[in-house]
Amino acid sequence: MINFGSGNTVIKSKLISRRMFVLSAAKTIVFCGIFGRLVSLQINEATKYKTLSDKNRFREWKLAPQRGIIKDYFDKEIASNEKVYQLHITPENSPNLETLFFRLKTILNLSDKRIFYLKRKIAKQKPWEPIIVSDNLTWSEFSRINLFLHELPGVEPIVSVARQYPDQSTAHLVGYVSQVSQKDLQKKQYLKDMSVGIAVGKTGLENKLDKDIIGKVGFQRYEVNAFGKRIKQIQVDPGESGKDYRTTLDLEVQKYTSKVLEDKAASVCVMDIYNGDIITIASSPSYDPNSFVHGIDKKYWNELISNEKKPLNNKAIAGLYPPGSTIKIIVALSALENDIWNPKKYVNCSGVTELYGEKFHCWKKKGHGPMNMRSAIQRSCDVYFYEVARLLGVDRLSETAKKFGLGKKVLDGFIEERAGVVPSTTWKRKFIGKNWYLGETLHSGIGQGYFQSTPLQLCLMTAQIANGGFEIKPRILVNDKKNNLREYIKYKNENPNEPLPIDMLVSNFDLNPLFRNQENINFIKDAMFAATNEAGGTSFRSRYNDQKFMFAGKTGSSQIKRFTALQRELEIKQKDIEYKDRDHALFVAFAPYKDPKYAISVVVEHGGTGSGSAAPIAKKNN
Amino acid sequence: MFQPRSIQSSMTLKDKIMSMDYVLVLSIFILGIISMFAMYSTDGGKFDYHTKSHILRFGVFFLMFLIVSLFQIRFWYQTSTLLYLGFFVLLLGVKYFGLTSSGSQRWLNFYFMNLQPSELMKIGLILFLAKYYHRISSQDVNKIKFLFLPIVALVAPVLLVVAQPDLGTSILIALGGVTVSWLAGVRVKFFAYASILFISLTPIAIAFLKPYQKSRILTFLNPDRDPLGAGYQIIQSKIAIGSGGLFGKGFLNGSQSYLDYLPEKHTDFIFTLFSEEFGFVGSLFILILYSIIIMRLINIGDLTRSSFGKLYCYSFATAFFIYVAVNMGMVLGLLPIVGAPLPIMSYGGSSMMAIMLGLGIAMSCKIYKDIPVN
Repeated sequence: MINFGSGNTVIKSKLISRRMFVLSAAKTIVFCGIFGRLVSLQINEATKYKTLSDKNRFREWKLAPQRGIIKDYFDKEIASNEKVYQLHITPENSPNLETLFFRLKTILNLSDKRIFYLKRKIAKQKPWEPIIVSDNLTWSEFSRINLFLHELPGVEPIVSVARQYPDQSTAHLVGYVSQVSQKDLQKKQYLKDMSVGIAVGKTGLENKLDKDIIGKVGFQRYEVNAFGKRIKQIQVDPGESGKDYRTTLDLEVQKYTSKVLEDKAASVCVMDIYNGDIITIASSPSYDPNSFVHGIDKKYWNELISNEKKPLNNKAIAGLYPPGSTIKIIVALSALENDIWNPKKYVNCSGVTELYGEKFHCWKKKGHGPMNMRSAIQRSCDVYFYEVARLLGVDRLSETAKKFGLGKKVLDGFIEERAGVVPSTTWKRKFIGKNWYLGETLHSGIGQGYFQSTPLQLCLMTAQIANGGFEIKPRILVNDKKNNLREYIKYKNENPNEPLPIDMLVSNFDLNPLFRNQENINFIKDAMFAATNEAGGTSFRSRYNDQKFMFAGKTGSSQIKRFTALQRELEIKQKDIEYKDRDHALFVAFAPYKDPKYAISVVVEHGGTGSGSAAPIAKKNN
Repeated sequence: MFQPRSIQSSMTLKDKIMSMDYVLVLSIFILGIISMFAMYSTDGGKFDYHTKSHILRFGVFFLMFLIVSLFQIRFWYQTSTLLYLGFFVLLLGVKYFGLTSSGSQRWLNFYFMNLQPSELMKIGLILFLAKYYHRISSQDVNKIKFLFLPIVALVAPVLLVVAQPDLGTSILIALGGVTVSWLAGVRVKFFAYASILFISLTPIAIAFLKPYQKSRILTFLNPDRDPLGAGYQIIQSKIAIGSGGLFGKGFLNGSQSYLDYLPEKHTDFIFTLFSEEFGFVGSLFILILYSIIIMRLINIGDLTRSSFGKLYCYSFATAFFIYVAVNMGMVLGLLPIVGAPLPIMSYGGSSMMAIMLGLGIAMSCKIYKDIPVN
């Protein structure tokens, strides 16, 4: 076996070296491959992997922003934020959730159902995401939790802020906030970036302003390890609290109005006739919007929805009522504007008139006797307006009514607002699919039949007559622009033929007169004055004698149910009829008469007659 | 024939030390120092258990490497069969007395360390086959009867290791054995036959694979298949290396490893950690150090005159290269995760011991390069 130096060994060495050469070549290729891979990962794709590494490394926890505050015109808070005590659990910090929930149950008032719900939620989410066990603890519950905190791993007592509504009178206008629902997420794109547990505006202003009032979500960025444990805080962005809003409301008047309306199903709107600022918009009965913020109690909810006075409904913008006799001012104006009626023309009211083979009754069974237009408005004579409406025709009436704000939404962005109906021949064909009957024109002439309007529309209508017939855009948020309509109108009235000074022209460039002849508007205003302040007027009893507060108004009642002939015979009084069958009472007015500033509309559901119910409320308001 | 012996006997200890390959020694030492820093980083910047233990092991086994290299190459030639058999007995011992950890039985509990005999078998098989091919003439290499023993010597330990189960190490052992056979001149056609046989047996082998092993292979083919499960390691490792960029995130600043995104960062993924903290430049430095070590080993093989020395050095150099390439390929996402440590860098006593033993024998070849083994 000694073959050192033998030929065999030499051959062997050569063979080994030859084969090694092949291997060395392969090694070089492989190392080049590894080198290439390093170049590709660390140089070519470094940015991509750096991003991925940061994605691993950092995790953000969102911070819920504070909702903006809603104030009245005088900076009193209508919707504010209050401190609330919350209880959060971070599941990954708790060694045993079962025992934790058991302990919590003895400390707090947690139902089994709630615990079941929480457990299911915990199972669905990541263990480091906190879950809200209770978002509104009482102070005593909160202090008890803090006392036992050392035996409750994973529990975090948190002081947070939540929406609070100090006053119920504004509940309908402001609306309320509540937990985000699936539907909200679909409808409101900006909620996608928001933190879990944030409250979202559901109705009223809270819903309309939601996007800006909700604020900008903040975040805490932490470095976390592979198990999601926070290692250190890297960056905090506290976010931005939502925008504050100042509304045109006067909270004192609003509160007073609500008090007057208490227990009635009614609404009141008061509007500045020059700039459309809504001073009061109340709906009764009200509800407690605070009850929605932390999830409404089932008992209270059932109470609200079973109440036949419908407390959740914002009657001022979502309640639809036939305008009744309040429409007469529009009928009269339309007839005058279209030159089809001379206001001096007399019609004899005998209490009933027969047209097209149908009997049309006046509200006064005995009749008013001979009436001209002024006295017909004053005393709200139906027979007179049957005649006016017959000659006017429904299409011309509807054109004027629409011009003055009926039949379309008054405000922007209120999901609950309804447009109402201003009937016309084309409307009927389109929506009911039938031709117009002439008899229906007469019903329309006294605001019955298809006519449907909201109290706010009636208020706007009155305001636009009171300001001399100029279009205004009602507004609920304070806006410093376009506030000089008043000076403009004054200037126009004093110098009818001169051009506008340039500064007024600029601020009122889109001023839009709604009349053809301003005399007609003034005639209507005068007649409304008569209705309240001259003997025999329908709201005479509600008048103010003081010149400073004197107002002009028009009453109305709209029928819910036609009187049967029998009832008419018996002269049944409204108060004897069952509540839900009684007429609605309406009243619109502006004041003070000499230098008008405000327009008001009052609707009392099933209130009987306008003069009986609505006008006294309006009187109290001024 | 007498002359070389006199050279050997006339060598003093000083001569022996002087004739060591100092580039190789230095490279190993630098790599060892680097591995200590890397280990310090895996401990989160603290002088902790892994760091202390790694430093101790490196110290002990580096010393062992020097001592082993001073033994005559003839001694290693003579004891190689014994070593192989000894390691094989240890492997058998694992089967019956081994410690089980995370589902596989790989370790034997000795008082001072948990020994993983499969790591030692990597060297044992190379030694055994180098001696075997040294002894038979090159004409006999391709005779069937002379192929029988190498096949048994290779397959037996590999099967024992696969059964542990430890796919990674068994592949590395097998590749070492195949390398010796290749260098000894076994015909290409035999390798072809073996490959065909291996491929045809693969489906049967897959049936015996543990579910986690199957999923690892499937995951390698498509890492995004299960990003939080089996693909997690590959993805996180690539992120760590890629995010290191040109100059790295800096010592102790590797967020991927520091925040525990990186699995097995002490052992198989130590290169990932280093690469994340020291970037492309650092990775390249490591790659160059390994290349130097491999080239020096090949160089020793060139210098050695005995067939045993040549076979051993070339085979060990190739095996060493394979360990490095498989580990790097694995952490770079080029190969499936099979569990192969990076020589010298990775935490683990048995691996360090095996590598140092291998390097020491190679160094012995260098010192006694002119001396016949028998």
